[in-house]
Amino acid sequence: MSTENTYNYRVVRQFAIMTIVWGIVGMLVGVVIAAQMAWPQLNFDIPWLTFGRLRPLHTNAVVFAFGGSALFATSYYVVQRTCHARLFADKLAGFTFWGWQSVIVLAAITLPLGITTSKEYAELEWPIDLLITVVWVSYAVVFFGTLVKRKINHIYVANWFFGAFIITIAVLHVVNSAALPVSLTQSYSAFAGVQDAMVQWWYGHNAVGFFLTAGFLGIMYYFIPKQAGRPVYSYRLSVVHFWAIVFTYIWAGPHHLHYTALPDWAQSLGMVFSLILLAPSWGGMINGIMTLSGAWEKLRTDPILKFLIVSVSFYGMSTFEGPMMSIKTVNALSHYTDWTIGHVHSGALGWVAFVSIGAMYYLIPRLFDRELYSLKLAETHFWISTIGIVLYITSMWISGVMQGLMWRAVNPDGTLTYSFVESVQAMHPYYIIRFLGGTLFLIGMLIMAYNLYRTVVGAKPHEAAIPAVAH
Amino acid sequence: MAADFVSNFWHWYIIIPTVIGILALFPLVRLNRGKKTADKPETMGHVWDEDLEEYNNPLPKWWLNMFYITIVFGIGYLVLYPGLGKFAGVLGWSSTGEYREEVAAADKEFGPLFKKYAAIDIETLAKNPEAVKTGERLFANYCSTCHGSDARGAPGFPNLRDQDWLYGNEPAQIKVSILNGRNGVMPGWQAALGDDGVKNVTEFVFSLSRKGADLEAAQAGREHYNKMCIACHGPEAKGNQQLGGANLADNVWLYGGSRKAVMRTIAEGRQGRMPPHKDFLGEDKVHLLTAYVYSLSAGKNQ
Repeated sequence: MSTENTYNYRVVRQFAIMTIVWGIVGMLVGVVIAAQMAWPQLNFDIPWLTFGRLRPLHTNAVVFAFGGSALFATSYYVVQRTCHARLFADKLAGFTFWGWQSVIVLAAITLPLGITTSKEYAELEWPIDLLITVVWVSYAVVFFGTLVKRKINHIYVANWFFGAFIITIAVLHVVNSAALPVSLTQSYSAFAGVQDAMVQWWYGHNAVGFFLTAGFLGIMYYFIPKQAGRPVYSYRLSVVHFWAIVFTYIWAGPHHLHYTALPDWAQSLGMVFSLILLAPSWGGMINGIMTLSGAWEKLRTDPILKFLIVSVSFYGMSTFEGPMMSIKTVNALSHYTDWTIGHVHSGALGWVAFVSIGAMYYLIPRLFDRELYSLKLAETHFWISTIGIVLYITSMWISGVMQGLMWRAVNPDGTLTYSFVESVQAMHPYYIIRFLGGTLFLIGMLIMAYNLYRTVVGAKPHEAAIPAVAH
Repeated sequence: MAADFVSNFWHWYIIIPTVIGILALFPLVRLNRGKKTADKPETMGHVWDEDLEEYNNPLPKWWLNMFYITIVFGIGYLVLYPGLGKFAGVLGWSSTGEYREEVAAADKEFGPLFKKYAAIDIETLAKNPEAVKTGERLFANYCSTCHGSDARGAPGFPNLRDQDWLYGNEPAQIKVSILNGRNGVMPGWQAALGDDGVKNVTEFVFSLSRKGADLEAAQAGREHYNKMCIACHGPEAKGNQQLGGANLADNVWLYGGSRKAVMRTIAEGRQGRMPPHKDFLGEDKVHLLTAYVYSLSAGKNQ
């Protein structure tokens, strides 16, 4: 069989396997820093084991290593299968794999060493930023090159979202990382003061909007209809919510800077567009869940579908919570508290990780032409992780609201009722519950790794033939 | 507000895309909402990857209404509040204005209490349990980060419950420390003393309050002390409250009492900074805080 008649599954397999590996690593670091919050002795007074250095390692590992590998794997798989064409430029695709893994390894070395730009979710120093740019441009060439080769005129909806994600992340990364290098390991941001903060959160919020939302909606739009065996609920809804989401999301960043030196007008715009974002975000949820209408009974027996549908439910919940927290009055209570951490993790664990897990359970057996080793283990994984998420987010909700209320409580003589350290003390039990929730989620990932290992062990890599276009 | 914009260009640069963007959402949803036609939905007729298809159900009504409500709310908000460039909003609200109003309201409500306390002298005030309680609450919020919630200090930050005071514990002295802050400067002597000199001075300082110092080295250290240290720490090494020179004879150590810590202090020097609170808290609150801090050590045994 000549390669042009088969799909390039090699690079998909590579990224899919690393998705599992980095998922376990990133979440393990998360569990470690959650434990450090509850028991600070675990910092051990060793600089590179302290919370301040491990926290960016955790966020980079779960967002860019785990989430990034999942996006590469699924987008390469989906774009080939929905274009009925082999990936454009095999070698370049191979380069994106090794390039992206190098970025991750460099991050894992530099962040614990304390080498950081100190920009949240963009901590990596300029040489690594340059490597990211090269890898990302190659990714765009491979992805859009494949789209050009497509055998079906209409571009499938999942590819719209992948495409928007790739283009926007390129722009965000280049602008936010603009810096003046002074040595190999240090640079200064091209922006200063409140402008720097605004660029940072324009980037930061859209990393959530395009990396963690648009990209993963791409995953949702392929794997839910495939696993459910049902057509997507509404084409026109996907058109409307796609354009509304890409237009609206880009404005929402200022809500991270409410009640700061950012001018009032910018704060208001950020809040207004965050509220308008609610309906466009929910469009994706409706399309995901309603695709299952007429096949609800499948949820009872199919753990993969459970992961996918529950992920969309968490997506709906976090995209309701987000606009609500962007309202200035609510934000005055929630900002700087654990509520934010809870909100992020209901999105990160419930939506991003769950939809990725569902996609990997679907994808990895097919990449090796095997059946999943155990549905029962997948079912166990689902329940353990779900309990983990619930423990995590409810403990952070309670702790966050309590913090917010304690910080603003005032005595009859006008003094604050609680000192800061009293609020820290009050959070302690919730930190322990959060640690337990995270641990359960990590255990779930280990069960998944075992299940998938048993699925593929001894299998030969599968090269799938490109089927003829229907009608 | 106007200061946010260097020219009218940026003012319109904000307004035009914002207004057009929000308004454009209406036709986007109106033109695409669709109508329910057949009882059974039909697919769009495209098939990808063997079996991927799409229905074309109309946009759900409740979802459309929710979309409209948020858009209308957004427009209303931008009419009432600042958002569209230089336009300040019909309500004339600003975050700075709201802050000023809240502070003024708080001053009006709580100011008289602090005024009342400010008229009482500190020594009397320190015996009034109500006043001390309020002072303690102020301390918990403004001072405990450095001095600890029990006021027993931390390395580099003085213990306020003992009898060792860098700048004195008379009410007036404490009040000046809080109002204007203090800048403690101990210069580093490594260059002047050399390794042996630093060691000898350390032994001398140790010999003043502890047993087990190397007395021969201490004797050599005394020579150095008399030349270099005496100006601030005094002939008996009991310090000087005018300058904030620390008492070295009482076995109380601000930066740690180990040999290593004392050697480092002598070799590299120390910088102590207590920030001023006059503008931040106002004189009335500082007065009350002084009474609380004074109550911690006044009349307690040596």
